[in-house]
Amino acid sequence: MNSGMNAHMNSGSGETLVASRDLRRVFDVSSPWLERVLSGEKKRLLRAVDGVSFEIRKGETFALVGESGSGKSTVAKLVVGLLPPSGGDVTFEGIAKGRQPEAGSVQMIFQDPYASLNPRWRVRDIIAEPMSALNRPADPAARAARVGELLTLVGLSPLDGEKFPHQFSGGQRQRIAIARALSSEPAFIVCDEPTSALDVSVQAQILNLMRDLQEKLGLTYLFISHNLAVVRHMAHRIGVMYLGRLVEVQETEALFENPQHPYTRLLIDAVPDLADIGRDRVPVQGEVPSPINPPSGCTFHPRCPLVTDICKAQAPAFDGRTACHHAGKAFA
Amino acid sequence: MTKNNNASGPVLSVSDLSLEFVTRRGVLKALDRVSFDIARGEVLGVVGESGAGKSLTGSAIIGLIEKPGRLSGGEVRLNGERIDNLSPEAMRKIRGRKIGMIFQDPLTSLNPLFRVGDQIAETVMAHMNVSRAEARARALALLTEVGIPAPESRIDAYPHEFSGGMRQRVVISLALAAEPDLIIADEPTTALDVSVQAQIITLLKRLCRERGTSVMLITHDMGVIAETADRVAVMYAGRVAEIGPVADVIRNPQHPYAAGLMGAIPALKKNVGRLAQISGSMPRLNAIPPGCAFRPRCPKAFDRCAAERPDLMQAGKSRAACWLVDQGVPA
Repeated sequence: MNSGMNAHMNSGSGETLVASRDLRRVFDVSSPWLERVLSGEKKRLLRAVDGVSFEIRKGETFALVGESGSGKSTVAKLVVGLLPPSGGDVTFEGIAKGRQPEAGSVQMIFQDPYASLNPRWRVRDIIAEPMSALNRPADPAARAARVGELLTLVGLSPLDGEKFPHQFSGGQRQRIAIARALSSEPAFIVCDEPTSALDVSVQAQILNLMRDLQEKLGLTYLFISHNLAVVRHMAHRIGVMYLGRLVEVQETEALFENPQHPYTRLLIDAVPDLADIGRDRVPVQGEVPSPINPPSGCTFHPRCPLVTDICKAQAPAFDGRTACHHAGKAFA
Repeated sequence: MTKNNNASGPVLSVSDLSLEFVTRRGVLKALDRVSFDIARGEVLGVVGESGAGKSLTGSAIIGLIEKPGRLSGGEVRLNGERIDNLSPEAMRKIRGRKIGMIFQDPLTSLNPLFRVGDQIAETVMAHMNVSRAEARARALALLTEVGIPAPESRIDAYPHEFSGGMRQRVVISLALAAEPDLIIADEPTTALDVSVQAQIITLLKRLCRERGTSVMLITHDMGVIAETADRVAVMYAGRVAEIGPVADVIRNPQHPYAAGLMGAIPALKKNVGRLAQISGSMPRLNAIPPGCAFRPRCPKAFDRCAAERPDLMQAGKSRAACWLVDQGVPA
């Protein structure tokens, strides 16, 4: 067990595979034009992702964690190209020479395995679809054989290919979704809350499977989750998001040992853990403000125990580790 | 606080409660001889995976089982008096008055067309003999107590004007409005973000401690249970697999399912390496195996597990439904 754990912790070669630079996405959430003109209302813009930069190294799991409205899922969609960015860009340096990755080299695993699989298709067709779309391998018999291999790889039986999604439990469906993602032999997989819809014992199966596959196939993951414990278990490096911005990026152990941003510390402290039997605590006050009308300066300042005047006036710059005027300062 | 002739006994006592769903494809046993007590002022956590029957247990206690479901055995006693065989009218008087309820989604438990203050005042007037003005004063006091900022102005707001966490605070104030003896909270923080969840848990713990209210806390989140509950019941396939003090069940689980469940949860405080894994998934209700329901997934199953169903047996400070306990083998 120990050697397996070290192997997991040491993977990640240092070579950058994917890089996001100053990524931005603005959604227009205004009322319809006519209504706006009649009521004299201004356009309302939601900055879901507001200048997010990070690098993902080859073979590592980079996690983005945050509460609802932090923009983590929007980043996932921007990275795979399901949404065009409003500014900034994503480059796949390790995958492609140019800006665009080779077809099939980036895949995605979604949160809800009940919604992400077409209920009218047989499992073998679902898994073969990326292969048929890319015509790779070109021989249908080779594709059929590969479907069987993939099903075995994710812990199902090749015979399961004949069945329909409704014949499987949630965990098995997520295995099918993983097999589909793997069928185009991707280098990079974006996983958006892949276990949030699953029960804990099933979640453990899927997380273990994803780690095994990473070791076996040298995959690189962008792992999006709201669950800090899951992220700690899966990620080599973690980025913490708050209201569309990255507030901290650190190696996993460093982040938990020595969190720099007060939000990270409060988030770690807020998660109920099995070790905290009967704990009483003073929780952080307030809730995540609306991203339509975020607070001035550092967007965390209304909830921050370290707040001073500069926080209200000026947004702190990201120094490579954290974005905080009072980084690392202690508070009670 | 209501006084009764049974002040020393448990607030709630559930014994051998069974619940069936009669369907075209046969009878599904959703709850199978579920038994537990909740003492005065105690928080009992009920944990399990989806389909384990934890929410149905809550619904059965408050008499909200709809057809084709029906209670097929056992009894529920509140302050020593049976409530499972009461008429719907009598049960309606107990809900809200003696047993308060908090559900997962605060948006669906509040009426969107009424101001929150009126909803709380309505509950107060329905259960207590007070005037409208007194009820409104009480609503204001409750909103203050659950930490709604500027309650004088918020009392006349509609539910959609509150954030998720504030709405759940309103729901808690509704549950407490008639000073019930017991609150059944079914996944009260599941729809909330972690920082808000921490606020709600802290609030619920404080209010129930101050008032001596007992709580049945239903959740799939073992971390919430660890922090909040005094005792915990682990449910599996409609049965109680293990019940005991929260520290014992978490640190020293006796039932192999409880042990697997604890090992499957990623820890926040340390990296555990590979997670413990329970192979397979919970059986469907129409295919619960004979004997112990966990046997097909159990790494320690032996002959007796397939033949006979184990009842809860004393194992240290806990009780577990496992034949290994009978043999003196720890899980």
